[in-house]
Amino acid sequence: MNYSAVRAIYLFELARTWRTLFQSIASPVLSTALYFIVFGGAIGPRMQPIDGVPFAAFIVPGLILLAVLTESVSNASFGIYLPRFTGTIYEILSAPVSAFEVLLGFVGAAATKSVLLGLIIFATARLFVSFELVHPFWSFGFLVLISVTFALFGFILGLWADGFEKLQIIPLMVISPLTFLGGTFYSIDMLPPLWRNVALFNPIVYLVDSFRWAFYGIAAVGPAISLALTLTMLVTCIVVVVVIFKTGYRLRT
Amino acid sequence: MDNVLSVEKLTKTYATGFAALKGVDLSIRRGEIFALLGPNGAGKTTLIGIVCGLVRASGGKVTVDGFDIAQDYRSARKKIGLVPQELATNMFETVWNTTVFSRGLFGKKANPAYVEKVLRDLSLWDKKDDNIRALSGGMKRRVLIAKALAHEPEILFLDEPTAGVDVELRRDMWEMVRKLRESGVTIILTTHYIEEAEDMADRIGVIDKGEIILVEEKHALMRRLGQTRVCVSLTRKLDAIPDGLFDLPLTLSPDGKSLSFTQAGEEAERGKDAGLARLLKNLLARGVDFASVQSSQSSLEDIFIDLVGKSR
Repeated sequence: MNYSAVRAIYLFELARTWRTLFQSIASPVLSTALYFIVFGGAIGPRMQPIDGVPFAAFIVPGLILLAVLTESVSNASFGIYLPRFTGTIYEILSAPVSAFEVLLGFVGAAATKSVLLGLIIFATARLFVSFELVHPFWSFGFLVLISVTFALFGFILGLWADGFEKLQIIPLMVISPLTFLGGTFYSIDMLPPLWRNVALFNPIVYLVDSFRWAFYGIAAVGPAISLALTLTMLVTCIVVVVVIFKTGYRLRT
Repeated sequence: MDNVLSVEKLTKTYATGFAALKGVDLSIRRGEIFALLGPNGAGKTTLIGIVCGLVRASGGKVTVDGFDIAQDYRSARKKIGLVPQELATNMFETVWNTTVFSRGLFGKKANPAYVEKVLRDLSLWDKKDDNIRALSGGMKRRVLIAKALAHEPEILFLDEPTAGVDVELRRDMWEMVRKLRESGVTIILTTHYIEEAEDMADRIGVIDKGEIILVEEKHALMRRLGQTRVCVSLTRKLDAIPDGLFDLPLTLSPDGKSLSFTQAGEEAERGKDAGLARLLKNLLARGVDFASVQSSQSSLEDIFIDLVGKSR
């Protein structure tokens, strides 16, 4: 195991965060704060509590996930796409590193950033709303698991993309809408039966549901099924990455 | 002979069906400077790419100091430093950070003193905290060399290192290559400037259309395939080649005002001056005055053009 290489890639990627501090941290924190002001502060008091949780607090887990999911995908995809685009990937390909070590460095760094971002947004939320965590361990566990899974997904996206447009299109056109529709601002039990059934095909519903369960102990579908689904996504992403490295897809001609 | 790199029956066919390498065999000796010459698209970069891990071989075997590049890729790659043809740099990083990153990537423990030495040798020390994007093209090239040297490689690949580089940097670079060779590093370079290969290399390999068509000691090659051409311009017209000089391959120009002959490298080496001296003495003895005497030796470039031309 070339720990030194994993460390080098990991630190290099984290250093990129500091250079793009506004883009990576400040901008998602700012937009989340705006959601809290509008939905939590202005509209929230006029809403009825959902499953006993005040609306402003109800939306916290979903808003954290909204930022964490998009940033995990963006960071990891950009992290691997940039060297492909500039050509500096030659160095990683010629280095004595295994695919697993490269993955550990890039995905580890992207997931670390997402976890930090999640914690920062959590802290920001506490400034606007007061709430207590029912399952702190599970909250953190889900945050890490989801960050890693989506960073892996982002890594795959970064390998697949052949232009900056494709990099942006997935977080913007897929992740963001699915998260919005995934019960960030409502419980799927509030949907008419038909749409509730449609919503069950949206994987993000399960992530938001389990994360909210970890926060407040309330769930529409239950944490076990969510955990199973998250782990399935994680394993699927790992399998795809292994296949990519085995075949050299988009990396080695 | 102690080979540090050996390539056997290496083939590469790209997905498009293009056969870039058609069974290449090549051995590189430890500590030599080897120049790989070939026209554009001959397979130079593909060959380097396979050895360094950027391109997958379709067939054949490559070992680096005894380590197979596929099975023992870690041991093999640790020994290799690559300076690619394109100026691919982490534009937003500093020179120092990017060099330290390279060392870490190759599994070497941090060694600031060594990195400092590399940067000083490449005149990059006072730029160490600069962003790479602020550097000139020549300086970026130096950064790529610093990155390639950061992990103390035993073999250094320089793929067109002097393309688009000014005279001063080219001179510095060759000075550095000489120093590296003295310290025991094996250097394999491709270049378009054939005079550089002529000046620097111990051995020359010529690749064309995916096949190695020649590998030879530079001096032996120049002796074997080089030619010397002598031309004497006369002040007065001659009707025929003077007697007593029939053993020289002399030709008289159609206007009768110049005599010339060409000798192959080996003959020239042995008796060029003798031939020229005899010609001049003979002309003087006959009272044939001459205006100028020119003698030129073919360069590696002429040999190269001749070789590649023949194979077409």
